[in-house]
Amino acid sequence: MIVGLDMGGTHIDAVIIKNDKIINTVKKPTDKDNLFESIWSTLEELLKDYNKSKIKRINLSTTISTNAIVENTTSPVGMIIQSGPGLPQDFLACGDENVFISGYIDHRGTVVENWNPKEVKEALNIFKDKNIDSLAIVTKFSVRNPKHELEIKEMVQSSKIFSNITLGHTVSGKLNFPRRVYTSYLNSAVYDTFNNFSNNIKKSMEREGINAPIYILKADGGTMNLYTAEEKPVETILSGPAASFMGINAMLSSNEDAILLDIGGTTTDIFFLADGVPLFEPLGIQIDKYKTLVRAIYSISIGLGGDSSIDIKDGTIKIGPKRKGFAYAYGGPSPTPTDAMIALGLMEGNKEKAYEAMEILGNKLNISKKEMPDLILNTMANMIKNKVDEILNKINSQPVYTIKELLYGKQIEPKLINIIGGPAKVLAPILEKKFQLPCYYPDKYEVANAVGAALAKPTTEINMLVDTAKGILTVPELNIYEKINKNYTLEDAKKRALELVKKSAINLGATEEEIEAEITEESSFNMVRGFFTSGKNMRIKAQVKPGLICDLRGDSND
Amino acid sequence: MIKAKNKLGLVFFPAFDWAISPTHPEREERLLYTQDQIFEEGIQDIEGIKFFNPIIADEKDIQRVHFCVPDVKSRVTQSHLISVGGAIKASQSVMEKKVDKSFALVRPPGHHAQRVVYGDRGFCIVNVEAAMLERIRKEYGPLKVAIVDTDCHHGDGTQDIYWNDKNTLFISFHQDGRTLYPGTGFIDEFGGPAAYGYNINIPLPPGTGEEGFIYVLENVVLPILDEYKPDIIINSAGQDNHYTDPITNMNFTAQGYAKLNDRLNPDIAVLEGGYSIEGALPYVNLGIILAMAGIDYSHVHEPDYDKDKLKQPKNITEYIKQVSEIVYNRWKTKDELRLKEFKGLDNVERNRQIYYDTDGILETQSQNFKICKKCSGLNTIKSSCDRGYRIFAITIPKDACSNCIDEGYNLFKNPNGSYTHIYLQDRVNDKYYAK
Ligand SMILES: [Zn+2]
Ligand SMILES: [Zn+2]
Ligand SMILES: [Zn+2]
Repeated sequence: MIVGLDMGGTHIDAVIIKNDKIINTVKKPTDKDNLFESIWSTLEELLKDYNKSKIKRINLSTTISTNAIVENTTSPVGMIIQSGPGLPQDFLACGDENVFISGYIDHRGTVVENWNPKEVKEALNIFKDKNIDSLAIVTKFSVRNPKHELEIKEMVQSSKIFSNITLGHTVSGKLNFPRRVYTSYLNSAVYDTFNNFSNNIKKSMEREGINAPIYILKADGGTMNLYTAEEKPVETILSGPAASFMGINAMLSSNEDAILLDIGGTTTDIFFLADGVPLFEPLGIQIDKYKTLVRAIYSISIGLGGDSSIDIKDGTIKIGPKRKGFAYAYGGPSPTPTDAMIALGLMEGNKEKAYEAMEILGNKLNISKKEMPDLILNTMANMIKNKVDEILNKINSQPVYTIKELLYGKQIEPKLINIIGGPAKVLAPILEKKFQLPCYYPDKYEVANAVGAALAKPTTEINMLVDTAKGILTVPELNIYEKINKNYTLEDAKKRALELVKKSAINLGATEEEIEAEITEESSFNMVRGFFTSGKNMRIKAQVKPGLICDLRGDSND
Repeated sequence: MIKAKNKLGLVFFPAFDWAISPTHPEREERLLYTQDQIFEEGIQDIEGIKFFNPIIADEKDIQRVHFCVPDVKSRVTQSHLISVGGAIKASQSVMEKKVDKSFALVRPPGHHAQRVVYGDRGFCIVNVEAAMLERIRKEYGPLKVAIVDTDCHHGDGTQDIYWNDKNTLFISFHQDGRTLYPGTGFIDEFGGPAAYGYNINIPLPPGTGEEGFIYVLENVVLPILDEYKPDIIINSAGQDNHYTDPITNMNFTAQGYAKLNDRLNPDIAVLEGGYSIEGALPYVNLGIILAMAGIDYSHVHEPDYDKDKLKQPKNITEYIKQVSEIVYNRWKTKDELRLKEFKGLDNVERNRQIYYDTDGILETQSQNFKICKKCSGLNTIKSSCDRGYRIFAITIPKDACSNCIDEGYNLFKNPNGSYTHIYLQDRVNDKYYAK
């Protein structure tokens, strides 16, 4: 038995999956003031009649950390930032107290100037005075050499004033100092909130005699175990779209380039598959005003859904981006696409009221109420098509850095569209015509997000750099900074990267057989100094890609 | 997050899979650390900075500026077409007002590529700025343009291409040709008969530092630009004046390059040379990007930057002042100087030997510029090289009168002498012939 739970802004959905089939589902409203209680009572109801000892794992997608950030209820954080030469530094100040220290490590990881313990001591005094007990230490190029971050941590730890310390190089191996600063800040900022939540979960589980492992869904469509989430709570932000993405894939699988749509009441979420593999944000997801290094599935949300309000402006239809309430036919304030569907008899509801809505709009456009529904649905499909085209254009013109990529690089050319959500069935034939692509939608989509959460597997990514001139191998995410010999080859490095990424997935709670590890990027540069080769500079990315524990046995229609 | 004052387009194309040879300065690794620095600084997240991929230039883009011998296909590789295409994309984004300015960080470089191309010289085969500029003139109409070459080497290729074109002012400051490749770029190389005074060289002594470059900029380059009033300014942005560059002897800095771009205020910059790939390029490129975007660059400096050690000696400062005065006076008196130089002539001959250092080819060349009252005049090149080619190349300039056009076609039909190849560049009709 696998349990999946997805916490949305308005509802919590939960499912039990057994032998690849959904055997129970529960839907409850989210109590914004007590997120833990919302989750726990949903789980209790879901598991009421089932044998709790048979639960193999519980996968949760929660908005605990997201809400804390968006609603500004995070803990105060002290920041120690070493920004070295480059951009001005003031824009990096994201903590409640920010101390900029001297010292610098360059792009090759060479220590150019040491940090100054006096400055760190002064920082500690400031934080102590303000009762700040969450700390982040971030230095420029720390992913090339974490020495300063580690040394500073060692010094401040002995002061025992911090409940948690985030080091920049541990949040991601990617280069991007401002994002590293913001991501580290957020990790420390939500640390207490998330750990509070996880302690509550653990206590309640113990009380109920459940000892299944708990996994938390990440924005990249994968999971991590609770222990890892406690250390890196920032990874739990914005996992909602990932749950929906995984849900679509569980219900409608594909190995091709594809467009995935989740058309809901208020918004439409757009995702893409490249040869069946999810497309990720190039660097990381943005939350509130913070651009982060948190790996995430590429998703774009537009304010267009079944309940979007429709207006006529300058003789044309405008749908969304706001939802003003229910559909007109359900007693809402303004006409919506749902009314068009009801009028056409494609959805249940008060047909008379629906036509009334069509008439209101039709009068302003001088067309009959009979023609109105088609016009609305067509407009909606056009809006989706235009947005998808725009995004595809952007994705296909992302910067490339080699002649080979420029000439022969992968372009995403969707072969099909998979859709879930209320209006999916109605819009599928219209979208099929507009895109000239087959559209598929599942029968039951209501619990797709919970199913997506339930079937997600642990994922991870590592960034390795090998510099044989310096004789150094680094994997910042895993805190690896070690000596290697000068004859280390790209093959050695790739082998090591695969081993490490697998080990890392096992530490996140993956089982050996479910790990699909792969090298996603590799390059090797001859380093020449004077007229001689002094070594090789290799860069390798490896990942355990998101996938499903199993395919859901169910039926889909097209 | 930081916001750019000027919208800046960046074509960052490090061509990580291209090298002249594995240990050559122009190798895969050249922009690796620049990329690291740009990525780590989070340049891609700055509001107002946009990244573009290169397009691929076509054969005609090359033919507008070069006579490739025997033809474009044999001399120009995909990597050159992409480097040119990167610059074209950068300039298009400015012309189409998608951005206010743009910087093409592309390689291979191009400013040593002259009109005739037998092979690679100074790591260049195609003149990237010239091919770019003629493409945008083709697409967006006539433009009065100033190219300021801030590479440490004399931009002899660009000088050759715009030698007789008054609508393209070429200014190059560089390490004195008596001390560095390609050995040209002296004050008296002042342009052809139709553009005398519009080719300006400012040879600088080895050891010139921030003070000297900024002095030249403020006392020669900027005043001349003020008077010339170009529609656009292009910075042929080599970075080998840097104090750590392994193949030159200057003392310029990342701060200096940033200040220079801030004050020169180019519309488009195109990367040229610069081979201190670890110690200079990451910081110089960052400095130029920030300066062009109108972002505070005062914190950009090299890790080992030492202001006192890099201070320019007094005698160098004095020497540069003198050179600047001479060059600026020549610009002010260019019309008189032109009369003195060309009065009574109806033809000007220019004979040279050109060495292709990268490919080891020696070319002997004779250019002939007709002095025409109605246009800038038909011009021809007779050239041979030690690889057995003996060519005759005719250029009908863009402003050619009907007489010069006819004469050009007649010469192509009935040339005097025997040649392995004959070329006609008809810039009026954008037509290119070879036989
Ligand atoms: Zn120059
Ligand atoms: Zn140069
Ligand atoms: Zn003429």
